[in-house]
Amino acid sequence: MNIKEKIVKGGLFVSALISVVVLLIVIGYIVVNGIGVISLDFLLKSPYRFEYGGVFPQIIGSLFLVALCLLFAVPLGVASAIYLAEYAPDNVITSCIRLFVECLAGIPSIVIGLFGLVFLVYYLGFGVSMLSGGLALGFMILPWTVRASEEAIKAVPRSYREASLALGASKWQTIRSVVLKSAYPGIITGILLGIGKAIGETAVVLLTAGSGLESFLPRSILDPVASLPVYVYMLATQGQTSAAYSRAFGASILLITMFLVMSISALFLRNRYIKRMSGGRW
Amino acid sequence: MHKIKAVVIAATVVVAIAAVGTAVFLMPKSSLTEERLSGKLTIAGSTTLLPINEECRRLLMEKNPELRISVSGGGSGHGIKAAGAGEIDIGAASRDIKSKEMEVYPDLKLVVIGKDSLAIVVHPNNPVNELTMEEASKIFSGEINNWKEVGGEDAKIRVITREGGSGTREVFETYVMKRFGREIAGAASVKPSNGEVRATVSGDKNSIGYVSLGFVDPSLKALKIDGVEATVENVLSGDYPISRSLYLITKGEPEQLEKAFIDYMLSEEGQKVVEDNGYIRVK
Amino acid sequence: MEVGRAEKIIEKVFFISALSSILIVFFIIAFILKESIPALALGWNFFLGMRWYPPHSQFGIFPIVVSTFVVGIGALAIAASIGIPASIYLAEFSPGWLRNIIKPCVEMLVGIPSIVLGFFGLMVLVVFIRNSFGGYGECILAGWMILAIMTLPHVVSISEDSIRAVPKGYKEASLALGATHLQTTIRVILPNARSGILASLILGMGNAIGETMAVLMVIGNPNIPWIPSSVLEPVRVLTSTIVIEIGYAVWGSMHQHALFALGVVLFIIVAILNVITTAVIRKGVAGIG
Repeated sequence: MNIKEKIVKGGLFVSALISVVVLLIVIGYIVVNGIGVISLDFLLKSPYRFEYGGVFPQIIGSLFLVALCLLFAVPLGVASAIYLAEYAPDNVITSCIRLFVECLAGIPSIVIGLFGLVFLVYYLGFGVSMLSGGLALGFMILPWTVRASEEAIKAVPRSYREASLALGASKWQTIRSVVLKSAYPGIITGILLGIGKAIGETAVVLLTAGSGLESFLPRSILDPVASLPVYVYMLATQGQTSAAYSRAFGASILLITMFLVMSISALFLRNRYIKRMSGGRW
Repeated sequence: MHKIKAVVIAATVVVAIAAVGTAVFLMPKSSLTEERLSGKLTIAGSTTLLPINEECRRLLMEKNPELRISVSGGGSGHGIKAAGAGEIDIGAASRDIKSKEMEVYPDLKLVVIGKDSLAIVVHPNNPVNELTMEEASKIFSGEINNWKEVGGEDAKIRVITREGGSGTREVFETYVMKRFGREIAGAASVKPSNGEVRATVSGDKNSIGYVSLGFVDPSLKALKIDGVEATVENVLSGDYPISRSLYLITKGEPEQLEKAFIDYMLSEEGQKVVEDNGYIRVK
Repeated sequence: MEVGRAEKIIEKVFFISALSSILIVFFIIAFILKESIPALALGWNFFLGMRWYPPHSQFGIFPIVVSTFVVGIGALAIAASIGIPASIYLAEFSPGWLRNIIKPCVEMLVGIPSIVLGFFGLMVLVVFIRNSFGGYGECILAGWMILAIMTLPHVVSISEDSIRAVPKGYKEASLALGATHLQTTIRVILPNARSGILASLILGMGNAIGETMAVLMVIGNPNIPWIPSSVLEPVRVLTSTIVIEIGYAVWGSMHQHALFALGVVLFIIVAILNVITTAVIRKGVAGIG
């Protein structure tokens, strides 16, 4: 009996280990194959064909796309969350809003890409551009910002609000100076996770923003824009030389690093926030 | 609170660095020569034309630092559709426009900028060197599915083809498949660019595909068809049976920047690029 | 009075922002649906048609849908057979420090962009499968493995949460009655965490079916979609068909409408899976409560 238990436990342990090993293999393989190409030139030069140059416009392009996407999704998302958490009466419209937020979160990215193509690129005439790409990414992460912000706002203890209201502050004053102030690390955590999601997204950007190989920086939001994920896609599938592959691996390392920076900051903020909410500092 | 502020400040610094970097990158390298072209131009379509477009883009942008040209692939079908729909400025195509496409986009203007052929390619280690046109059609239709039937090793043939809109596929079907009334096998793997076909064939010993002449390089072996090697000379002399035109397409008459790019492509410099990349010049 | 009015306006602004999600979803559905109606109007020829071959204007999506489920379910089976034991270990048997290492690692897997995983799959898995099992390499099995890696973190994370959510009292009662830790886990904890685990699987399935780039790069995409008969055969799924063909489908043609209709089908499948997940979770919460 005891031995049997040990075997089962061993099996469970091995399963848990496999998950970690997979991660290590994937990241290890990419880092080993891509680290050699990473240099200042790679970070600061423009690409030329598949085998030459660096990924500067791709890095900046990805950052621009994410910035545009945040510009759209954050104000809308946080405002929606404030409404849902603070104002929303318990009625049909509110449950409708929640339902649609969930629905938006569930839409596969390729469908959002198709929508971006037909609505932003063709119908509104934005063309294949940074604006189309940024907005389409914004549609994608909007529900995540709403959810994260709402949770953060709801986690602010009721007593804070009551104290503020009792001091004669209006509801909006209370929200602005008490609730948002306490909730904002949580909100930023949500935004960081959203950035992590947006920065690696390929299908949406491929259909709406540009070819990934652009060697220039966009000068207006209607210019096509390069991005790291599409660059990786182009090189990974169409390159066949080791120079092209190592560039794709190098760009992959950059993508993973960006994601890690975002999620580690998010983790760090979340831990602080939990500590504070449990009454450490206030 | 301090740490949060620190994070915010760090983020601001990163953004600032990016902005400065952008500014430096954007600064004109010199501002002496007069009459520079500026503005943006988007080119997409045939991956056969991709290397030529990419090289001309680079040369033109070196001369005109204010110019922003975006070059991408997508296949001839994409080039025709996207130019016709106004999604891009110049479409590239390595085949004629189909009547279906002409119906939807009647105001497309075509300019021939070069000629090309295509080669049937296998892995360099494949012992097969030569096929007849009929054998090729049988392989691509799936009737022959083992290399030993055409003098190779005993291994299953993996057929690689292009997507439906591709000019290379259209030309291949016209010259090779339709002549014998055959169609490309349903099981053939679809790869949406010349580069991808080349990458796949050069990585899999048992595969066969077809690419533009400009994409043949030492990582592939181009098969002789009916005893004739796929070279520019044989295409020019008419010995190699497949030949096609390469087009740049605009919606309506080309406007200033579009015209500048097409004119450059037709200039001595542009035609040299066409030739250097393994295609056939027209001027 | 002035303050009161400003308050009202502010509330309205928030309300309108909150409506934006509804508006976006509405627009997405409206536009995608509008573009796909001519294809959906083909009716059974579209939904149950066995042949998808745009050059001959044949738009039957049945083989594509079947392939999509084959790829999704297989990936899920792999992810479940590793993920569920892993989550049991993490929730019940793992020492705290080990859990603090393993769990973030697993969650980090979510963050590897799908394009990077696809590239890894193309360079490593495809070559590995070709060399050790034969076939073309780009096949269902490669798709399964890549998607399993992508869904694993969801399965582990949600299953573990639901196992930990089982009230402590159940466990203590069982242990007090003389059951071993393992018996308790299998007989008492797992049945109570069942709905959470199930929900994680259905959600994982939705993710796997909606995934685009990684799958596109490793499953081989045959010229004409078919219903596969072996895991070493290439297949086409909904997402890969859309990406490959949307570039050249002539605008306004039946081909373009059919591709948008594929998007609608994908949307509906994923939406149904999400609804089931929500229902399962609700039921589970009610059960425990």
